[in-house]
Amino acid sequence: MAVAEVPTVDPAVDFALAEDQELIREQVRRYAEERIAPGEAERDREHRFPADIVVELGELGLLGMLVEEEHGGAGLDPLTYCLAVEELARISPSVAVTMSVSNSVCCWPLSRFASAELKARTLPELAAGALGGFGLTEPGAGSDPSGMRTRARRDGDSWVLDGEKAWITNAGFARWYVVVAVTDPDAGKHGLSAFAVPADAPGFAVGKPEEKLGLCSSRTAPLQLTGCRIPAANLIGEEGQGFKIALATLDHSRLGIAAQCLGIHRRALELAVAYARERKQFGKPIAEHQGVAFKLAQVATELAAARVLTWHAASVAEATPPDPRAGRLASQAKLYASEAANRAVAEGVQIHGGNGFHADYEISRLYRDARVTTIYEGTSEVQRMVIARHLLR
Amino acid sequence: MHIELSDEHKLLQETVRQFATEVVAPRAKEIDETGEFPRDFYDQAGELGLTGVAVPDAWGGAGMDTVAYCLVIEEISRACATSGVILSVNNSLVCDPILKWGNDDQKERYLKPLASGELLGCFGLTEPGAGSDAGSLRTTARRDGDHYVLNGEKVFITNGTDADVALVFANADLAKKHRGITAFLIPTGADGFTRGEHEFKLGVNASGTTWLNFEDVRVPVADRLGEEGEGFKIAMATLDGGRIGIAAQAVGIARGAMEEALAYSQEREQFNQPLSNFQAIQFYLADMSTELDAARLLTWKAAWAKENQKRYSLEAAQAKLFASEVAQRVTNKALQIHGGYGYTKEYNVERYFRDARITEIYEGTSEIQKMVIADWVVNKA
Repeated sequence: MAVAEVPTVDPAVDFALAEDQELIREQVRRYAEERIAPGEAERDREHRFPADIVVELGELGLLGMLVEEEHGGAGLDPLTYCLAVEELARISPSVAVTMSVSNSVCCWPLSRFASAELKARTLPELAAGALGGFGLTEPGAGSDPSGMRTRARRDGDSWVLDGEKAWITNAGFARWYVVVAVTDPDAGKHGLSAFAVPADAPGFAVGKPEEKLGLCSSRTAPLQLTGCRIPAANLIGEEGQGFKIALATLDHSRLGIAAQCLGIHRRALELAVAYARERKQFGKPIAEHQGVAFKLAQVATELAAARVLTWHAASVAEATPPDPRAGRLASQAKLYASEAANRAVAEGVQIHGGNGFHADYEISRLYRDARVTTIYEGTSEVQRMVIARHLLR
Repeated sequence: MHIELSDEHKLLQETVRQFATEVVAPRAKEIDETGEFPRDFYDQAGELGLTGVAVPDAWGGAGMDTVAYCLVIEEISRACATSGVILSVNNSLVCDPILKWGNDDQKERYLKPLASGELLGCFGLTEPGAGSDAGSLRTTARRDGDHYVLNGEKVFITNGTDADVALVFANADLAKKHRGITAFLIPTGADGFTRGEHEFKLGVNASGTTWLNFEDVRVPVADRLGEEGEGFKIAMATLDGGRIGIAAQAVGIARGAMEEALAYSQEREQFNQPLSNFQAIQFYLADMSTELDAARLLTWKAAWAKENQKRYSLEAAQAKLFASEVAQRVTNKALQIHGGYGYTKEYNVERYFRDARITEIYEGTSEIQKMVIADWVVNKA
């Protein structure tokens, strides 16, 4: 299942990033500061999708980071991918989720589970800059995919899909969607299958975009599948593997969300430190008041904790042979990083005082943007279920 | 970024785990109750190379690295936190500064026997009036020819009742304030050196905590560690390293409590099913394991940074702050999962719960760690 031959690394306790990882991190940081930062506040205010940025992300190779080189991707490891997501999220959590959804939950399952023929039809296009989406959640099936209603029926050389998918990131902008549907209603979780659905398939439509609390310049909308017809060859993996593919994909995508949280958390700390050094009350910068200084110390420490959990989880995510802890570590990273990022933005607003409540201050946007991280790609409660299952088995 | 123990580390971990399970754990409850200092444990630890883990072979140590040291302290503390801190003090607070600032003569006379476990060391910094504010200590060292003459009192000294050697900080020039502070290696049998009996404490009860008193104690200049006035720097740098040991101790305590809670939750039945079937208990366990893993990784990261001559002051403070507070939360939840039984002496969790408390206080309180961290974040970033 691994993409490239991973060179064997001697066992060691080594927290250093590799040189090429540092390089990509630096490159994405510079790009985000120069190109994404200037328009971010306006896009957020106008709820405008960053279409021009997406084109550039494609040109930079950031939309096929995990795709094999033979299919036009960068063939990079999960940790390098996490570094890129963090740098994007630090400047724009909306851009980061747009990019991570395409990489983690569209390209990744195609790359790891699709036939060579299906990969050849989808991945080069995606890696070159076409966006991807993922259709799992439904109005009645959120944390519990067993309530899924979307049906896929075989009809000659086609599959015909009927149903509705909810909360779909990149809906309307994506070229390809990985959609999970019921192929055998009597087989429970073994009756689900995954499909690659192109945006121009007959019977495919995108509903009205959702108005959200945060991530306002990312797009979220429902997918409507009405007799949506796709070639039989668009089945990903085998019939009945949909649940397995969805779970593996979520294990993977949790790393991207954890990395997004690191970016939000880090930015919240930077903003809070800068403000606390500048803002004077009672004759000195508020950073010199212990009540504020200790908040900064706590936020910085929790960032360090979230980072080691995320990087460690990423470093074992695609180990050969597979590391049995990988799923637990990814859930731990996502759980901790998202909860810590939410504490960080809350303290960030508090340190900014009244200004933190003002829309002109970046911290107020981060406060809204952070909120979804304990919800999507598995709520904190679902992460705890996953972790407990690992501990108790 | 690659976190996987080497074969050497794994072997050490296995060896220490076996020693901890077979020798240390069975006595943990008893020494907690009596407060009797487990000198025989220390002697055995010395034979296994655990009294100077990161000290080179040439100076009597095991010649391993700082990560190895963390593994040792975690395994021992999981069985008995008292035993963990006894080793941590000898390794981090006594051997480490002699290795770094001592001359060959001092290493020969003091480091070798301390690292090999022949002698036991203690660290004399805290005073009745100088706790977190270590710069304000009142113990004096007056130069008199080839000697210094020390007068003053130290308190809360771990290993104090049984130590053979004390690393003592005294001020050689009060006018210079903390720039007058100087470090000395003093045999505890020196004339004028007295110490108290074991003091009963809330936790880590058999770690020999007591006061030390100096009345005209004459210390040869040859036993001064580093230069005159260098003591404050030595103390602060030593505590940076010590914090890694305490973080590892906190991780060990938390792991012990976590493991017992996990096992208990699967055995204990209420409402006709094991406690572990209830989501509330599952979620406690999920949070405990997540924080425990984060605490261990932060601790290893600080150890890795120290080992590779990178900055580790911030990392050690973060590891110590985080791990000690995690130990507090994890032992608290572990006790909760045990219910009424957890509150009795029949189970180990009440001891873990008491032992965890000190990790937020000694070698720099959580508040001191936050001062250190905030200084990095606000002024040095």
